[in-house]
Amino acid sequence: MPIQIKRHLIILAILIAAFVVFQQLMIPESFGELGHYRANSLEDNELFDIHYAGQESCYECHEDISDLKEMDLHYDLSCETCHGPGTDHNLSPDSVELFIPDDRNFCGLCHAKNTARNEDAVFQIELKEHNPDKNCTYCHNPHAPWELRNQDPQEENF
Amino acid sequence: MENHYDHLQEMLTRVDGFIYPNEIELHWGILVVVYPYVTGLVAGAFILASLERVFNVKVLKPTYHIALLTALAFLLTATLPLVSHLSQPGRAFQIMVTPNPNSAMAIFGFVYLWYLMVVLLLEIWFDYRRDIVIWSREKKGLLKWVYKIMTIGIFDLSPKSIEWDKKIGYFITVVGIPSAFLLHGYVGFIFGSVKANPWWSSVLMPVIFLFSAMVSGIALVMLVYMIVSFIRRVKIDMKVLDTIAKYLFYILIIDFSLEALDQIHRIYEAEESFEIISLLVSGKLSITLGLIQLFLGTLIPLFALGLFQLYKPANRIRKWVYFIVGFLVLIGIFFMRWNVVIGGQLFSKSFYGFTSFKLQLIGSEGLWMAILWMVVPVLILAFLLWLLPPWKRVPE
Repeated sequence: MPIQIKRHLIILAILIAAFVVFQQLMIPESFGELGHYRANSLEDNELFDIHYAGQESCYECHEDISDLKEMDLHYDLSCETCHGPGTDHNLSPDSVELFIPDDRNFCGLCHAKNTARNEDAVFQIELKEHNPDKNCTYCHNPHAPWELRNQDPQEENF
Repeated sequence: MENHYDHLQEMLTRVDGFIYPNEIELHWGILVVVYPYVTGLVAGAFILASLERVFNVKVLKPTYHIALLTALAFLLTATLPLVSHLSQPGRAFQIMVTPNPNSAMAIFGFVYLWYLMVVLLLEIWFDYRRDIVIWSREKKGLLKWVYKIMTIGIFDLSPKSIEWDKKIGYFITVVGIPSAFLLHGYVGFIFGSVKANPWWSSVLMPVIFLFSAMVSGIALVMLVYMIVSFIRRVKIDMKVLDTIAKYLFYILIIDFSLEALDQIHRIYEAEESFEIISLLVSGKLSITLGLIQLFLGTLIPLFALGLFQLYKPANRIRKWVYFIVGFLVLIGIFFMRWNVVIGGQLFSKSFYGFTSFKLQLIGSEGLWMAILWMVVPVLILAFLLWLLPPWKRVPE
């Protein structure tokens, strides 16, 4: 065997040995215990702050809204879809207030006319034509959108 | 929370029709375009080099070493666009440390390593061994030691030993051809096997990637040969250029036919995704696909190179046309990668809408970063050509 091949085989063997040592040192602890990932990563993920409380925790206090919501088309929307993550509010309801959307464009995220959106699934309007000078909440109660109101929403508690 | 909605509303202004939330922003940007482009240049340059060695196209001898060094320079940086895209360089080692045989992407690290260590480095070493030994004796100072280290302690220049170098070098090139095919076919496979994406999911994808890689690599070596000759102030051998251009022409025809076949197949099959894809091609991709990739990058080069097979104008004109054609082909193939990578993420998998891609200038995913990873291999190539100049090899 020529010396070139011998020398390269030796180098290859050294590289492979170095790789194996490197690999053993680098494999993270708990890797492979549950699958092709670090089992400890589950614990790491548990440590992340929880932002969304889930609507059951909202209903513990806001039973009236839950009843109202159950009656109408928004029954299957979770509270936090519109109001944002609610854990902080849930922990200290007096000091942390949730986001209350009050903007035509916000409702438009789902209800603006969009030919690609299924009309049967989501009711859609032309934002520029449908009472353009009024906020949606002026007529619609966002918790029960088909319960149309004929008084100023400021006077009503919702 | 308001910020979140503001961001969402701004992003939604870029959306047409209906799109799933996770499709609004593109996950793969320009760096993922650069990566298959650079890998393709490597595979193409190597295949051009192997034409001389294995298929005995003697005319191409002056470009043989340039092609090999070009392949090495670009291969050394091929994964760096991905590493900066990940933004956590450590992950690049994780795929080697904990290899996952079920993931095509994860195994790529080993395909890359095989090609770099076993094919390219070894081939160049065996090819240059005699010169490295001679240079290690002739040069002075630090350079002498660099060459000495590169000899890995073998200074034997007996005819028998040189004969072995040639034999082993030939063997590695023969192994290298399927390896080059594997390297770039693999890149195409990674896209072609994404069955959820009708723009990518095509069994022809690896083959198309491979041939477009050959096209771009050959064009690059042609340009490098011209530029190196210009810098060295030596006359360009027109026979070499004509031969490279001839191969470029042949491979470009195959590449064009394959891509046309792929599109015709889509049009005739007209699956449920066809409508959104035809809107994509005629709309968002009309400039990058129709104008740049097809017209500038394929049809004009095909016409010019085809014409030269029948009629050969003066050398000066041919030289300029080859230069422009090489440049156009390189741009065309870059946009071929662009159309695949970016195009495949522009439409919703609901087939009901589109999003837009806004290229950032700065930042880790920006245009400057992409330019950096295109310039670095050129600098490495300049260094390699200085360290291992093919034109200063000691005649046997």
